[in-house]
Amino acid sequence: MDNTIILDIQNLTKTYQSSGRTLTVLDNVSFSVPAGATISIVGPSGSGKTTLLGLCAGLDRASAGSVALNNIKLENLNEDQRAQVRNRNVGFIFQNFQLLPTLTALENVMVPLELRGEKNIKDQALDLLEKVGLANRHHHYPAQLSGGEQQRVSLARAFSNKPKILFADEPTGNLDAETSEKVEKLIFDLNKETGTTLVLVTHDLELASKTKRIIRVKGGKLVSDETT
Amino acid sequence: MNNDPTLYSRPLNLSWLFKMAWRDSRRNRSRLFLFISSIILGIAALVAIYSFGYNLRQDIDNQAKSLLGADLAIYSNQAIKPEAKPLLDSIGPTKSEERSFASMVYFIKNQGTRLVQIRALSGAYPYYGGIETTPVQAAQNFRRHQNALVDKTLMLQYNAQIGDSIKVGELTFKIAGILNKAPDQSGLSATVAPAVYIPLQYLDQTGLTKKGSRINYKFYYQLDAGTNIKKLVKQLDARLEREGFSYETIESKKENTGKSFEDLTRFLTLVGFIALLLGCIGVASAIHIYVREKLPSIAVLRCLGVKASQTFLIYLIQILGIGLIGSIIGAALGTVVQRVLPIVLQDFLPIQITMATSWYAIMQGIALGVLISLLFALLPLVSVRNISPLNTLRISYEETSSRQDPLKWAIFVLIFLFILGFSWIQMETWLQAVWFTGGVVLAFLFLAGVAYALMWAVKKFFPSSWSYLWRQGIANLHRPNNQTLILIVAIGLGTAFICTLYSIQNILVNQVSLSAGKNQPNMVLFDIQSTQKEQIVALTRKNQLPILQQVPVVTMRLEEINGRNGTQILQDTASEISKRAFTREYRVTYRDTLTDSEKITAGKWRGTVTTSSDTVYISLDEGFAHRIHVKVGDQLLFNVQGALIKTVVGSFRKIEWRRVQTNFLVIFPAGVLEEAPQFHVLMTRVPTNQASARFQQALVQGFPNISVIDLGLILSTLDEILKKIAFIIRFMAGFSISTGLVVLIASVLISKYQRIQESVLLRTLGANRRQIFAITTLEYFFLGALAAGTGILIAVAASWALAKYIFEAPFTPSWVPTFVLFGVVTSLTIIIGLINSRGILNRPPLEILRSEV
Repeated sequence: MDNTIILDIQNLTKTYQSSGRTLTVLDNVSFSVPAGATISIVGPSGSGKTTLLGLCAGLDRASAGSVALNNIKLENLNEDQRAQVRNRNVGFIFQNFQLLPTLTALENVMVPLELRGEKNIKDQALDLLEKVGLANRHHHYPAQLSGGEQQRVSLARAFSNKPKILFADEPTGNLDAETSEKVEKLIFDLNKETGTTLVLVTHDLELASKTKRIIRVKGGKLVSDETT
Repeated sequence: MNNDPTLYSRPLNLSWLFKMAWRDSRRNRSRLFLFISSIILGIAALVAIYSFGYNLRQDIDNQAKSLLGADLAIYSNQAIKPEAKPLLDSIGPTKSEERSFASMVYFIKNQGTRLVQIRALSGAYPYYGGIETTPVQAAQNFRRHQNALVDKTLMLQYNAQIGDSIKVGELTFKIAGILNKAPDQSGLSATVAPAVYIPLQYLDQTGLTKKGSRINYKFYYQLDAGTNIKKLVKQLDARLEREGFSYETIESKKENTGKSFEDLTRFLTLVGFIALLLGCIGVASAIHIYVREKLPSIAVLRCLGVKASQTFLIYLIQILGIGLIGSIIGAALGTVVQRVLPIVLQDFLPIQITMATSWYAIMQGIALGVLISLLFALLPLVSVRNISPLNTLRISYEETSSRQDPLKWAIFVLIFLFILGFSWIQMETWLQAVWFTGGVVLAFLFLAGVAYALMWAVKKFFPSSWSYLWRQGIANLHRPNNQTLILIVAIGLGTAFICTLYSIQNILVNQVSLSAGKNQPNMVLFDIQSTQKEQIVALTRKNQLPILQQVPVVTMRLEEINGRNGTQILQDTASEISKRAFTREYRVTYRDTLTDSEKITAGKWRGTVTTSSDTVYISLDEGFAHRIHVKVGDQLLFNVQGALIKTVVGSFRKIEWRRVQTNFLVIFPAGVLEEAPQFHVLMTRVPTNQASARFQQALVQGFPNISVIDLGLILSTLDEILKKIAFIIRFMAGFSISTGLVVLIASVLISKYQRIQESVLLRTLGANRRQIFAITTLEYFFLGALAAGTGILIAVAASWALAKYIFEAPFTPSWVPTFVLFGVVTSLTIIIGLINSRGILNRPPLEILRSEV
């Protein structure tokens, strides 16, 4: 693991206006993540952990504070520029898989590469599907796959653009124990193999304990930052 | 590595966007097609009308020669003076002469009588095209002997056969053939006054050309090939004018015929355009829901690095593609429908219409379809740009942000300008285009307002104490993903349109029937000579018929206005007085009182002149006075068949022309024209067809010069014509009605996709079929009833405005058909809603969840 900081969060605050009142969901959070690290953000429901993930990945704008992803300050970018940053640097895994329902498994994996304008990507995508054990299901649509299989396609897609940082939001939240175990193993194996930084958001402490560092969030505040 | 994100920017990869658009549409193509199906019928209607219009123009061009039947036709409505003969002879050696006038004809075999247009012909006319007869050779043969060609409708009406005899005036003619079609005569004019051709050489012997008969003189010329007709008529123009002739060339005939049918195609185009607009609401609403459904996919794409503009383009490509397919299908359907239009309209057309495929019309229809589906799809589609990638984590569709989107307002403006522009192209006047666009926009806004008011009212006054089924049915009207706005606008607009068309038709029919009221005259006798007056009155009384009105008519010409004659006025370029004011023949009456259909609007009515030195104060129709630019106090000099009479304009009258009675532009006071050559008009009311036939027979046998207009017959003919017009309007409105239905079906189907989850959930929770059935019925009942009600309200307002300002007729809404329409639309909405929910009602919940989601 090198000592380059891949994610640097400083004084991050997010507020919403609701019925004329200001609701602070994230309050002055700061931390940084070195490249290649594995880190969990844990906390109870409504603690602000998903909001934090969204801000870290450039999916939303902070009300105050700054996010630097691979040394790029996101607050200075417009939505399209942030989309470019995501495409170049970020991989995503979602609790509800978020595969494009009208694309086959193979096409879902190919999309990030196509967006980068890369050529001859079919083999790369098939390799990744092979790694997640779904090479023979590549022509199936998401609706024809089980939940576990969908999450494995989602994993292959997340790694397809060789991201510098991978954000996973409750990646096993919708899966049974046995499937969860397989998916977890795949995440950590691929992460190790590619040297990607992993930021995991979960309320599953057992899963969190598999990362090297755990950040706890409660009521929108960072309450602890421990190394496991 | 350089981390400047702007360096990542690369041009849009179009091929990838097309690929994604194709992939993304895979599982939704049938639904996309459903969205676009709403515009198919609108495009079909427009392509049909455009093709018809182009073919008509082409056919008029091709058949213009046979429309006129000659290279040049010269007309006059006064007897030809000997000094005009050299002029007529100088134009060309090949000429035919025709004298036409209205007269009674008597069918000897079955003793029927009928007012017809007698066309007495000499020469070889028509030189182009032909008189179509059965048998074919009758068109030539009838000219040689005492023969006649009788219009086919007359032959049918009086059950006459070829070889039978008819009496025209005092002469009997043998029917040589059935007249099927003649130049210069459409089916429509034949129904009002059917034609009977006789050879000109026998005309005088009929005794119908006595002084006072209104005869039109026509001279048809065939000119040498290569004659510059335009140049020729330019040379002749002044001389013809002086002699009181008017003329028509093939070119002017072509123009005039084209113009009169442009109005028809314009009207039909607007009707088709409304169908298209109605379809566009369907497109906009469907795309709105489509985008909502695509929200998760769009958010994922944004997460993966797709730009907002790229996601927008992916869906834009889909819309353009499906819009193009829909338009092509519409254009193909329109090309088929176009083949029906000439059949429907043939009776009104003076020419044979071809049914050629018009590629220009097809391309126009397709371009219009793509443009309009794009414009209306853009409205919901621009929201795609605002979908945040954050939706992958939390789904929230914030409408408020898109409502403030300036681009959306720009699209609204574009749509408005498009409708305005399109209607301007059709109507060619900005005022009418603004009225039309304003009307459409107002109707839209009103319906949208009603929909919002309903949603607000349901929320505000929610009947919490009612049973669950009612509450659920009513709640469906305002909760998220409701169809209230779109269904109320689509159904309401469709209903408004149908109802307005129906009302207009009724107003027109009522206007005609009003004049056929019980105490109104229904038979007019004219051309009664002064010597016959007393005998006719006696004959009328003998037949136990009332004399409802009896007026003398004197024909005269206008010589001077304020001391200036026609030539002087025409030479004055600043003068706006039409030359027709001096060339036309005026039919004038004299009396000492006004009738109850006249009202003095300016000046003073003076009804009698006692001495020959008195000033003759005449009274003019105010519209006519305005047209010839005269004021009260101006001096007019009339030529009453040789005698000049000085008059002063004493008053203007407003005349109610719709009443069945003789009305006159010019009225002289009593004491001036009593001794002038004149004929008389008598009005009576016949109680039955038998009485009418008996009286007409007696008249024709005793007084062959007298013409009789049987208003009952005219009214039934008019009724037939109106029925035909109504059919055309209904035929075109049918497109709007069908579009409304398609939009309704599409909207309800889309709502089915929306409702499936919760209906399944309800069924899972134990709701039985009857309960879901009741909830659906209630929801669609409210929607259908409110939309139909609002639509009818709009139609009543529109019909009232049309009746008052356009037709100037009393407005009486016909409530029974309106209630029937209300019931039909409401029931249709419920039925379609229920048919669509059938799938949910009949299958187990899990099966639906698996297959539909």
